[in-house]
Amino acid sequence: MIEFRRVTKQFPDGTVAVEDVDIVMPPHKTTVLVGSSGSGKTTLLRMINRMVDPTGGQVLIDGMDVATQDPVQLRRGIGYVMQNSGLLPHRKVIDNVATVPLLRGVGKREAYAHALELLDTVGLDRSLADRYPSQLSGGQQQRVGVARGLAVDPNILLMDEPFGAVDPIVRAELQQELLRLQGELGKTVVFVTHDIDEAFLLGDQVVIMQQGGKISQAASPAEILAHPADDFVADFVGADRGKRALHVTEVDGRNVVVDADGRPAGVLTS
Amino acid sequence: MNLFFDGIAWILDPTNWTGPGSIPERIGQHLVISAVVLVIASIIALPVGGAVGHTGRGKDLSVMVSGGLRALPTLGVLTLFALWLGIGLQAPIIALVILAIPPLLAGAYAGLESVDRRTIDAARAMGMREGQIVGRVELPLGMPIVVGGIRSATLQIIATATLAAYVADFGLGRFIFAGLKTRDYAEMLGGSILVIILALVVDGCFAITQRLVVPAGVRAAMATDLRSRPTRPRAAVGRPITEGNPE
Ligand SMILES: Nc1ncnc2c1ncn2[C@@H]1O[C@H](COP(=O)(O)OP(=O)(O)O)[C@@H](O)[C@H]1O
Ligand SMILES: [Mg+2]
Repeated sequence: MIEFRRVTKQFPDGTVAVEDVDIVMPPHKTTVLVGSSGSGKTTLLRMINRMVDPTGGQVLIDGMDVATQDPVQLRRGIGYVMQNSGLLPHRKVIDNVATVPLLRGVGKREAYAHALELLDTVGLDRSLADRYPSQLSGGQQQRVGVARGLAVDPNILLMDEPFGAVDPIVRAELQQELLRLQGELGKTVVFVTHDIDEAFLLGDQVVIMQQGGKISQAASPAEILAHPADDFVADFVGADRGKRALHVTEVDGRNVVVDADGRPAGVLTS
Repeated sequence: MNLFFDGIAWILDPTNWTGPGSIPERIGQHLVISAVVLVIASIIALPVGGAVGHTGRGKDLSVMVSGGLRALPTLGVLTLFALWLGIGLQAPIIALVILAIPPLLAGAYAGLESVDRRTIDAARAMGMREGQIVGRVELPLGMPIVVGGIRSATLQIIATATLAAYVADFGLGRFIFAGLKTRDYAEMLGGSILVIILALVVDGCFAITQRLVVPAGVRAAMATDLRSRPTRPRAAVGRPITEGNPE
């Protein structure tokens, strides 16, 4: 479990990126931080592995304040996947995946064998193991990034817009893969995105952030749609328009669900 | 032109290739003093430049110091130290070290600084210690530029090491100074040509090294670049990530 208690981050230049945030991210669930650019999502995420230290409040993992832990050891136990994959360009795919286990002192043979298995796990062909990151497509690079994030079998996986730079088709594919993986592995995932559809698709809990690093609402997707906390949230999730504003019309005795533009979205079955 | 052929003839004269003060001996001395200077200057400049490149701190100061060192006329420095320390190799070594520091410093600093900030950020987020980031990420990726700095320092050392002969019986400069004294222009020119050849050969070796140290993955990226990448290098786009707690 990850817990933020009255966390504030003010950068030296005076920017308040996160203000007075209280949030609990339950274990084995996916929490998605969603908001427009500059709303403090990345800053919030990076306070979990101490890439950023809060200027106020506490971040706790399983009840332990991260500020009391050695940042290097802490980071080695937490998976981190970022938008540009963050792979080391001068190392082969397999070396990238095995990096953190090797840092933690796992034997070479074991680390590489496990790295190959991880390529299977994320749906990459083992023949790619000896390629360099630049020889992969964007989607493949992100899969390697996920494999690397999983390499130490961390309890926590941090993902910062991991699918933001790939084309929509590949993104949809990667989202489904992540859902499958999460179904199997049950990590505590913290996922950052600015795409509300992605947030609703992946999140057990969705945290909507607004400018200035404040949380507008944290709840399940259904709750947010049913009871948006305020106008900002309602507007952000588009609860009253487009494909989310659904209504039922009867067609030949069946209840067809139609969106605001009159496009059919499906059929009510009960 | 005649003089030039005289110089060549002097080099090819077999009597100049044997005995005390022969061409091979002078070349050997020239290489030794250049190597000694390079090692001393590297020990001073590379760690400092590396630290500046890694932390981004002290950049202004090091630019200022290199600029100051560059402005010093080597012959003047040499004379000054020779007056103080006397005849011998100490004075030219010190003068040459001062000459070599700026390009070494700049290469080390620019090499480490050239590495994509996001790559470094990712390495840190994975749990690499600062030393590991330098050794396993910044150095391998910045190596071509670091070697470039060593290369230009070496070229300057070899060219300027002729001055060692000003205060010591050492190096290829002997031919130049001796020739000047006795008005033996063939010897003088022959010595100069030898210095040029030596500098070119060593520079060629560094040029090859510089290519060899480009990591395979980066070379692969350059190949892909030609096909599909935007013309701006990746390091030049996007806001660099500066938050974090380098310890
Ligand atoms: N190192 C930094 N120094 C100063 N301001 C920063 C720094 N990092 C982020 N910020 C600012 O903090 C705010 C939140 O940034 P960020 O967490 O990256 O937002 P998001 O990930 O939601 O786009 C922005 O206004 C950003 O400019
Ligand atoms: Mg961000």
